[in-house]
Amino acid sequence: MPLSASEAYEPHEPHASHEPHAPHASKEPGEPYDLAVIGAGSAGLAGAVTASELGLTVALLDASAHVGGQFYRTPEPALGAARPEALHHDWAAFADLRRRRQATGGITHLAGHHVWTVARQSDELWAVHAVTGADGAGERPVRVQARAILVATGAYERQLPFPGWTLPGVVGAGGAQAMLKSGLVLPGRRIVVAGSGPLLLAVASSLAAAGAHVPAVVEATGYLRYARHHRALAANPHKLLEAVVHGSALLRHRVRLRTRSAVTEVHGRERVEAVTVSRLDGDWRPVPGTGRRIACDALAVGHGLAPQIDLAVGLGCATRPTADGTSALVLDGHQETSVPGVWAAGETGGVGGAQLARAEGELAAYAVAARLGVRAPRTESAHVARLRRRRDRMRSFADAMARAHAPGPGWPEWLAEDTDVCRCEEVTAGAIREAVADLGARDARTVKLLTRAGMGWCQGRMCGAAVACLAAGANGAAGAAGVAGAAGADGAVAPPGERRPLAVPVALGALAALEPGEPPEPPTSPESNDSPRSPESPKSPKSPVEPDR
Amino acid sequence: MVGAGVVGAACAYYAARSGLRVTVLDRGPVAGGTTGAGEGNLLVSDKEPGPELDLALLSTRLWRELAEELPPQIEYEAKGGLVVASHEEGMTALRDFAAAQHKAGVTAEEIPADRLHDLEPHLAPGLAGGVHYPQDAQVMPALAAAHLLRAAGARLRLHLGEEVTGLLTGGSGEIQGVRTASGPVHAPYVVNAAGAWGGELARLAGVALPVLPRRGFVLVTEPLPRVVRRKVYAADYVADVASGSAALQTSAVVEGTPAGPVLIGASRERVGFDRTLSVEVLRRLAAQATALFPVLAGVRVMRTYPGFRPYLPDHLPAIGADPRVPGLLHACGHEGAGIGLAPATGLIVAQALAGREPPLDIAPFRPERFASAA
Ligand SMILES: Cc1cc2nc3c(=O)[nH]c(=O)nc-3n(C[C@H](O)[C@H](O)[C@H](O)COP(=O)(O)OP(=O)(O)OC[C@H]3O[C@@H](n4cnc5c(N)ncnc54)[C@H](O)[C@@H]3O)c2cc1C
Ligand SMILES: Cc1cc2nc3c(=O)[nH]c(=O)nc-3n(C[C@H](O)[C@H](O)[C@H](O)COP(=O)(O)OP(=O)(O)OC[C@H]3O[C@@H](n4cnc5c(N)ncnc54)[C@H](O)[C@@H]3O)c2cc1C
Repeated sequence: MPLSASEAYEPHEPHASHEPHAPHASKEPGEPYDLAVIGAGSAGLAGAVTASELGLTVALLDASAHVGGQFYRTPEPALGAARPEALHHDWAAFADLRRRRQATGGITHLAGHHVWTVARQSDELWAVHAVTGADGAGERPVRVQARAILVATGAYERQLPFPGWTLPGVVGAGGAQAMLKSGLVLPGRRIVVAGSGPLLLAVASSLAAAGAHVPAVVEATGYLRYARHHRALAANPHKLLEAVVHGSALLRHRVRLRTRSAVTEVHGRERVEAVTVSRLDGDWRPVPGTGRRIACDALAVGHGLAPQIDLAVGLGCATRPTADGTSALVLDGHQETSVPGVWAAGETGGVGGAQLARAEGELAAYAVAARLGVRAPRTESAHVARLRRRRDRMRSFADAMARAHAPGPGWPEWLAEDTDVCRCEEVTAGAIREAVADLGARDARTVKLLTRAGMGWCQGRMCGAAVACLAAGANGAAGAAGVAGAAGADGAVAPPGERRPLAVPVALGALAALEPGEPPEPPTSPESNDSPRSPESPKSPKSPVEPDR
Repeated sequence: MVGAGVVGAACAYYAARSGLRVTVLDRGPVAGGTTGAGEGNLLVSDKEPGPELDLALLSTRLWRELAEELPPQIEYEAKGGLVVASHEEGMTALRDFAAAQHKAGVTAEEIPADRLHDLEPHLAPGLAGGVHYPQDAQVMPALAAAHLLRAAGARLRLHLGEEVTGLLTGGSGEIQGVRTASGPVHAPYVVNAAGAWGGELARLAGVALPVLPRRGFVLVTEPLPRVVRRKVYAADYVADVASGSAALQTSAVVEGTPAGPVLIGASRERVGFDRTLSVEVLRRLAAQATALFPVLAGVRVMRTYPGFRPYLPDHLPAIGADPRVPGLLHACGHEGAGIGLAPATGLIVAQALAGREPPLDIAPFRPERFASAA
């Protein structure tokens, strides 16, 4: 049975933690919500809480069972973690949001809801389509209607492949951090942390604090690059403090930091036994003869984060290339996307951390309320102005960081011909280069068509950046996807520009159970009469079928 | 040759093999247009007797030959099609349709209800029967286009990332080549294989050809062991299940692929080049597919993508020389059958370029046939 607007979750909704409505934010059954927030991380939670405090009715949807997103991961109670906050330096802010959420009471939290698309129903009404169940395998479709949308779907970790990266024991750096926060398990005992980006230091110090030996943190750029953007650093003392904290934690645990270096090969038969670390030149090309072996039983590696914007792109929201070669949403000063009625906050507008995400979520809520005709108390205006200044400061810092950690154009030289680039479909670098050189592929999409790279479970989230580089790199400056160097001043890779109309997989049964809507080509359409295969067509009265021919 | 889709690739292949030197231009990559969004059904089963069926029958034979000559990566599979009916009434219509096709040269074998599951063990129970079409086959469109171009050999030059912005003509209006941003390409013949954009190219040549896009979505599932062996679709689905929505331009073809995913396609809508996902289209395709194969209900769709079929008002392609512009030929407007019809189209174009007789009557495909309407 398809469930529409209100019946989908109202009193009997099993997954919703349904809080008593505040008197000013109650919703009649069958009425749309004022605001649907997708993603209950720092940005979404701040947005939902603020909007609710302003008197809006809010649905807060998230795929996971808890609020908090990537940063505030809560350990399962069964694991008996006494102090989850020990792994977070910013727990107080989260605790505050949770307290405010309880207090406003006007938020319907739809946990375990995997949103697969958002559709425009009219100029002022949106339908959020989700499936439920632990991994979206539940066959029950849910449709939530709302007058405004806040996309706060965060980011995912970007990977660049290298020989051996598919061996057991190689994990994502952010993934290792997430595992530690939610399950309190370590991926190994001697863990090399590698890649690029500010997250590496955080990950290394968490791993070390949790008892792992971290023989090295291998960072592809030099931190000296930060100095170039030093004004942004000075304006963001919090970040500086964080770096110092991590720095001293690293010192205490005797973690060696190797900059301008990369893990260019992983060794081991069954699982990781060692890695080779090579020096890089300014373009991230390995310098011959500099390879050194470091023994370890795990490698935590990541090359920054890429905004998770499939839902917004599906709605037609404009994107911009970021300085480190990903795509982020274009937003105005009020966090609104290029599609009126759709706002975004947090990593979707460019990766910038939990604090920035919170500020943006709050700002978006004020903007949505204003659009829906709800006036914030006068006393708030100074607060909003302050928030905007903080956001602008943190954004400019985030952009500086992105520029500093942009992958150099020489990284594909880490790859051997037989290195799997797409691990889901086991497509090698050689096969991709052949598709480009001999078969006429010129962008990530045609490489995918001709090699299957990016067609597997992750839908190219893992290999997309690498495939786009290989496709663009081989056909010179005219490449449709842009070339290395085209997107950023520092030779950043070009964003893959992939479209994923389904943000998450959906069971056919769930699609089939949706409530019937308008026919795609209404019977009244004058054009619909001249189809050759429709029964009423004069041209082929006998033909009973109309598949693709 | 303007367009490196499957049609342009087939034209280039046959032209190069007949000894001509061919330059293929595309503003994007190989198979970056509709070919990269199509499904690769090579069907005779759905075509009523007439010019399109004749073209399809010739193509069926040519695809079999190509499967010998091109590498196995094109994933050609002569898997056959199975059209099923859920009612006795529908079965009667299907039977009559198949009988007419049989007279026109189609191999069609009626399958009684109690034998359907020998062919497709996972079909829904209670169907009235079906017709098996062994000539229906399958190819991977993008790889087929790429390997056709590669097999054309040294006589072919591929200019990718080059948009044709104009045509070069001589004193009496005869074609002398094309204009691109990176300079002119000279040739006495230009073939318009620009698919859904063929109307625009014709306009550059100063003639009208009313090609328009017709959108379709395909659903691709997670990989499965073979649960669907052939191409399976319902003959009477529209009347049977989707009552009240007679305009539904969908009859989902369900099929497995060598790589594992099941493909379900495709819808038809005229909405211009709009890529926005239609939830209703997805619902209908899924409802049809699960009605045929209930076991698919728990299977997840991994992705869906839209494509734009190039269609002409009478639903036949434009193939051959354009008498209005000497040296201009067309090979576009194949709507939902361009993969299937590509080889026959390529052969016709190659014969025309060589001044030879066409392999069949091409009068129904005359590109100037819409001139009075335009
Ligand atoms: C793996 C990983 C580890 C990280 N570790 C750290 C760290 O240690 N330290 C640090 O400072 N920063 C870390 N970050 C960065 C951190 O994500 C951000 O600073 C912060 O969480 C941004 O908040 P957000 O609200 O924008 O996104 P998130 O916190 O990522 O929240 C997004 C939420 O959206 C939900 N969502 C996404 N798509 C859908 C959908 N289709 N349907 C339903 N729900 C959906 C997700 O489940 C998630 O809860 C990490 C990021 C990642 C990806
Ligand atoms: C969802 C869907 C399912 C389908 N399923 C099937 C099926 O199962 N079987 C079947 O037979 N058919 C199917 N089709 C139809 C089939 O895909 C098309 O008929 C076929 O791909 C058309 O090929 P083409 O080469 O004419 O066009 P295209 O592949 O679109 O190629 C045209 C090329 O011309 C280029 N071009 C255009 N203008 C210019 C210019 N000015 N300069 C340079 N280059 C230019 C474009 O970039 C493009 O690459 C399906 C279509 C859709 C949308």
